[in-house]
Amino acid sequence: MNKKYRYLVLALLIIVFLFFAATYLHHQNFEVLNPKGPIARQERNLIYVALALSLIVVIPVYTLLIVFSVRYREGNKKAKYSPNLSGNRIAEAIWWIVPTAIIGVLAVIAWNSSHTLDPYRPISSDKQPITIQVVAMDWKWLFIYPQQNIASVNYFEFPKNTPLNFEITSDSVMNSFWIPQLGGQIYAMPGMSTQLHLEATSVGSFRGLSANISGDGFAGMNFVAKSTSETDFNSWVYSVKNTPNQLSYNEYNILDQPSENNPPSFYSTAQNGLYNTVIDKYVGPGGQMSRMSM
Amino acid sequence: MDIFANLLGKLNWHIFPQDTLTRGATVSMGLIVIALFVFITFKKKWKWLWKEWLTSVDPKKIGVMYIVVALIMLVRGGADALLLRAQQATSVGTSHGIMSANTFQQIFSAHGTIMIFFVGMGLMFGLINLVLPLQIGARDVAFPFLNLTSFWLFAAGMILVNLSLGIGDFSAAGWLAYPPLSELQYSPGVGVDYWIWSLQIAGVGSLLSGVNFTATIIKMRAAGMTLMKMPMFVWSVLGCVLLIIFAFPILTVTLALLFLDRTIGTNFFTASGGGNMMMYINLIWAWGHPEVYILILPAFGVFSEVVATFSRKRLFGYTSMVWAIGAITILSFSVWLHHFFTMGAGADVNGFFGIMTMVIAIPTGVKIFNWLATMYRGKISFKTPMFWFLGFVGLFTVGGVAGVVMAIPPADFQLHNSLFLVAHFHTMIVGGVLFGYFAGINYWFPKIFGFKLHEGLGRCAFWCWFVGFLLAFVPLYILGLMGATRRIDHYSPSLGWQPLFIVAGIGAVIIAIGVAFLFLQLVVSIIQRKQNLDKTGDPWNGRTLEWSIPSPAPFYNFAVAPVVNDRDAFWAIKQARKAGDKVEKPKYEDIVVPKNAPASIIIGMFALVFGFGMIWHIWWLSIICFIGLLLTIIVRTTSDDTEYVLEASEVEKIETELRLKRGYA
Repeated sequence: MNKKYRYLVLALLIIVFLFFAATYLHHQNFEVLNPKGPIARQERNLIYVALALSLIVVIPVYTLLIVFSVRYREGNKKAKYSPNLSGNRIAEAIWWIVPTAIIGVLAVIAWNSSHTLDPYRPISSDKQPITIQVVAMDWKWLFIYPQQNIASVNYFEFPKNTPLNFEITSDSVMNSFWIPQLGGQIYAMPGMSTQLHLEATSVGSFRGLSANISGDGFAGMNFVAKSTSETDFNSWVYSVKNTPNQLSYNEYNILDQPSENNPPSFYSTAQNGLYNTVIDKYVGPGGQMSRMSM
Repeated sequence: MDIFANLLGKLNWHIFPQDTLTRGATVSMGLIVIALFVFITFKKKWKWLWKEWLTSVDPKKIGVMYIVVALIMLVRGGADALLLRAQQATSVGTSHGIMSANTFQQIFSAHGTIMIFFVGMGLMFGLINLVLPLQIGARDVAFPFLNLTSFWLFAAGMILVNLSLGIGDFSAAGWLAYPPLSELQYSPGVGVDYWIWSLQIAGVGSLLSGVNFTATIIKMRAAGMTLMKMPMFVWSVLGCVLLIIFAFPILTVTLALLFLDRTIGTNFFTASGGGNMMMYINLIWAWGHPEVYILILPAFGVFSEVVATFSRKRLFGYTSMVWAIGAITILSFSVWLHHFFTMGAGADVNGFFGIMTMVIAIPTGVKIFNWLATMYRGKISFKTPMFWFLGFVGLFTVGGVAGVVMAIPPADFQLHNSLFLVAHFHTMIVGGVLFGYFAGINYWFPKIFGFKLHEGLGRCAFWCWFVGFLLAFVPLYILGLMGATRRIDHYSPSLGWQPLFIVAGIGAVIIAIGVAFLFLQLVVSIIQRKQNLDKTGDPWNGRTLEWSIPSPAPFYNFAVAPVVNDRDAFWAIKQARKAGDKVEKPKYEDIVVPKNAPASIIIGMFALVFGFGMIWHIWWLSIICFIGLLLTIIVRTTSDDTEYVLEASEVEKIETELRLKRGYA
């Protein structure tokens, strides 16, 4: 076959492949890029901004790579050849200064966003926030509502447009608490409590998971975070209150046994101070830091 | 019976693999090793192997041994990768794929450990050994015996990792074994101990190499080679070995503390008893991040040599390049926290480390522009090393952008531990480190063996790696944005991830074909070596000293100690000769050559058995080996009979023969 035809066939194959890929991807949920709350939305915007600024460097790199490869190939007799050209102050100044300027802008963005999107920073709202205490266990998630005095496993509901204050710990190894469509993750670690503040702006069921390897049942540590209207939330709390199971210490210790792929379950009451008891299990002599200090 | 049990520590009859997959892998690896032994015995090559290779302190031979080990480990780590891809492509919904969660976790832990420590580091030390003494005009490294000892410690670590396949199991806690998961309570088997001791032993070897090459660069450069006249590869190695000296002790201590936690019940990193797992995570990354730059800096050096040689032009912006390497070397110690922005450090801390991480992108960007400017007004000859360079720029730029995005802490909250992150660091390590070392192997091969590698097959290997890489890792970037985490052995079909995982699997297979091409290139080149002989010693029209001597380089490297007047020392000599400079008749001198060092392999084997004893709690064995190791060191270091003198007349004879054989005067 002629060489030109071969390239044509190759190009066609790539186009067909990309077409199918695009059709398929069009129907997928890019959770990180499809935020349902203010935190996830700002985090996504940061990704876009950083990508856009990077293009200022990426486009020249690719252009120069292709242009120089073609123009200065050995066979091209027309191109100039300067074997002793070993530097140019202006050119070098440009590629020290331009990336520095871009990084300068990104640095300001990084510094400011680290503060505004600090996971420990409460979300300001006229609504009263809801506190949810989260315990990562082998291999499931326990959610305790201290205000409502209920608890659930691998499933929780909350009203939309209401700030959620998560307090997160682990009764096992390290895990990472992540609901991609609501916002970024934070580690769950035994003996200490990390915080995360999220909010949903629309109703819907969002996928949550552990993002840090924690042993055999790790892949099944999924949960559902369901955002509802205020009335639906209240009726959900009411229905949980009417379930038979109660989360006493004994019941907690049974739950604490390793298990995998747990279906959602609910507790009408939770032992008072259970969350702190779980943390205290690990606090030895000298105590643990509750927040890493540097 | 009790005494017997105590003598064998934790060893018993249940340590052999229980599942078919691991059994199959063990049996096939065992058969390959046995076949190799039978082959060597049959060919009566043991004596030759022992004298010419295993105990030789010639850095060129040590370099070749490093690369051989690294390429074999590339196959092992690559097989792991294929299994991981097969599992993730099939384990959806009711199907649970081809292996258990625990096996899957052992495999990804082994994959990461092997690829970083025994492939990346192996190729790196291999190339440094091959090239560095030649480039600075030296006849050897500063401490030849130490150099071989480093290799055998590296080999001992490699053997330990692979023993875990058949005897006991390997760590299932990831390649960096975060506690508490890696603590005894959650990982009661010997897997984490295998991980600790293979890295501990190999890590000490790396540290010794770091010291050795620093001394070599500082003390053994040719006359006239000031620091600012060093070839760029030498500069990049200097950055790398300085990082090794500062970073590897941290790894040694961290592993030792984890070992104490697991073995005698201390509480450095445990969840209770006052331990702090966050300290481990800080320590391991205080080593781990510089480690990334340890791997990539020499690859940068390779590209600097390759792009200048194949563009037939001086390297653009030498001084900038040196400053960039210096900046990267220093900054790489100030960014480790970006591996755990999600651990709840305050906004100030996260912000600081985020900015430092971005800052390190500046010198890296400068290097890329300088390489491109080196191509400008050059006469580029597109040989295989140049293909690897072009592929590197293409991939590394994308990987760098992903890195800058993740350097913004709140963006990282959404990308950390996702497959986006996995794709990012594979882009850097495959596209940067591996492509760099493959380019280096193709470039310097004729200097070591006297013939060039096959061009066509080299390009086939490149294209398979490049296309395979895109197919394998673009889907992972996409999956990461869909919220897919790393290290999952199973997922729900409703997420729609399976097609992407299948494409990634196809990509992995294409990369595997690329690996096959690398080996095929080697075999075909050896068979057809007569057609690709490098008779001049300078097959690429090179610029640096190594090309001024015959190929393959004689064991003493330089018959006459070279004098350097220019950054591109050999290029300048060639220009002067063209302008009419006469080639002076060489004045040969006596050369002191180190003798073979069997002590190194003995130390390595003592270290191997010592590690095995520590893993299985066979204390008496470890104690004996440790004493044996110390005695070997004492006997060797107090021996005066380690060198011999090669008389000038002998050198002249060898040189004349070499010239006659190659047919040039």
